[in-house]
Amino acid sequence: MAGIETTITSLRSKRFIHLTLSKRRALVGLLFFMPFILGVLIWEVLPGGVAVWLTFQDWNLISPPKFVGLKNIINLFHDPLLLQSLKVTGVFTLFAVPLQLIISLILAMLLNIKVKGLSFFRTAYYLPTIVPAVANAILWAWILNTEFGLLNVGVHAIGLPKIAWLQDPDWALPALILMSLWSLGNPMIIFLAGLQGIPEVLYEAAMIDGAGRWAKFWNVTLPILSPVIFFNVITGFINTFQTFSAGYLITQGGPQNATLFLALYQYRVGFLNLKMGYAAAIAWVMLLTTFVLAMVIFFYLGRRVYYEDIT
Amino acid sequence: MSAENPIFLNNKDQPLTSARRWNSERLWKFLVVTLLCVIAFFMLLPFLWLISSSLKLEQRVFLFPPQWIPDPIRWANYLEALTYKPFFLYLRNTMIIVIINEIAIISSSSICGYALARIPFPGRNFWFGVVVVVMMIPYFVLMVPTFIMLSRIGWVNTYLPLTVPYFFGGGAFNVFLFRQFFRTIPTDLSDAARIDGCGEFDIYRRIIMPLSKPAIIVVAIFTFLNTWNSFIEPLLYINNPNMFTVALGLANFRGDPTAYIQWNLLMAASTTMTIPVILIFFAGQRYFIQGVVMSGIKA
Repeated sequence: MAGIETTITSLRSKRFIHLTLSKRRALVGLLFFMPFILGVLIWEVLPGGVAVWLTFQDWNLISPPKFVGLKNIINLFHDPLLLQSLKVTGVFTLFAVPLQLIISLILAMLLNIKVKGLSFFRTAYYLPTIVPAVANAILWAWILNTEFGLLNVGVHAIGLPKIAWLQDPDWALPALILMSLWSLGNPMIIFLAGLQGIPEVLYEAAMIDGAGRWAKFWNVTLPILSPVIFFNVITGFINTFQTFSAGYLITQGGPQNATLFLALYQYRVGFLNLKMGYAAAIAWVMLLTTFVLAMVIFFYLGRRVYYEDIT
Repeated sequence: MSAENPIFLNNKDQPLTSARRWNSERLWKFLVVTLLCVIAFFMLLPFLWLISSSLKLEQRVFLFPPQWIPDPIRWANYLEALTYKPFFLYLRNTMIIVIINEIAIISSSSICGYALARIPFPGRNFWFGVVVVVMMIPYFVLMVPTFIMLSRIGWVNTYLPLTVPYFFGGGAFNVFLFRQFFRTIPTDLSDAARIDGCGEFDIYRRIIMPLSKPAIIVVAIFTFLNTWNSFIEPLLYINNPNMFTVALGLANFRGDPTAYIQWNLLMAASTTMTIPVILIFFAGQRYFIQGVVMSGIKA
């Protein structure tokens, strides 16, 4: 911020023409970057300020806002639905993210073996990822249909009774976790690029030391891949923690709030119950949980990441 | 990258002399291809299910076990689905937003990315940090206050909330992507142009941008996909059915309080919404994959 002030003062000093070339260039750089700076102020800082103000108000958008002090924050601690939505989002993230990572890593490793038709397989595995969220949700609502859905065709084929995926509170969340495993394209492609960047000398050296396939995987592939794994964990976590459309479109949060994701709950409080102040308070919970969990990942995983320039 | 992968194959230095080893390698490859095929089958099965259901007579949808090849094939489902709701109007609406966003995002994020990558200005590292942090802020955290701000100035039921924000930097992710790409272009060219008296804007416009077609295509594809797929923002800001986007129209189609859901029509509409995305993906697959990789690996 000090940078902007100094440049503004230098503009005001009317000595712009006398500025050195590098200073003038710096000014141009700041000017080019100004849209983003303004964007951060208008679309991040300003709403952030509004959110702070809103947290202490009771407001349904119709009657004028009323200052209620800490009421919204206190209410957070006595809200069984908030607890439920945190639980749902937490369980979903805890299962979906590791499963996504492991499966996408396995897929990437398979795609890294030189066999015929690789580009076909890569495209086939990536394709589900680009299906629009709304179309994806509608398709899966039909796949998970109890009476005529594709999944129960499979369940029936192996001789098990049909499962009420979307009506049974015990099965709804697992069904959505399964659905999330269909769209693994992005982590898979990033893993694949990471795998292709591993220099072969390392494997040759490992082989001379008598390493088998498993040892090579643990001692060469995983350490070299760790920055990529770290990236995929963080982005996977942030995306999964914000799951909204699956809950909104397929299950409407049900049955018995078994798929009431945090984002969905916040949306309901804000735009169906019209409790803007309380919705803002829930948003803080979301930011705080995301931040704390991201920090936990950073500290527990970040220091295990192996960063060494390999050339 | 050599033709063989060292994780799974024998080292080239050990010639495959014995027939047994040769067979084990062949067997290994055969197993891998089989596994790849099985996975591909499961990945593509939902697509078959989607298309198959979209072409069925209504009563044929409700068969168990299902009929994979619809008999009769009913193409009229598509016509019915697309006229049941004014999908062509939704398409026009979506395309208006797409075009505005393409212009906003490509111009705005490339110029910000250019400054970040190629011009040393005070606080540049700080702002790069801001770009990374903004990328990670969940949309839902600022959803309510942003809505309140924009409803106050009368932007509900206009396309302004879906377009105007992108004129301000065009999204942190795209700035990041352009910055990463611009850094890989050698500085010699722009230095030479600078010596010849070329200004920064001309360097950006005449030298850097023409060299950055892959990055521009990547951002253009991402912008199309994001705008086309965007659901939560139109859901919040657009209530007027004549202004719906395709995604919102489709969600609304599903949510109609009719007696029961016409799955065949719904599948036809979903297929229609997916086709453009798949076409774009195939047209720009190379760039697309590059873009995903660029987002994940430090350039």
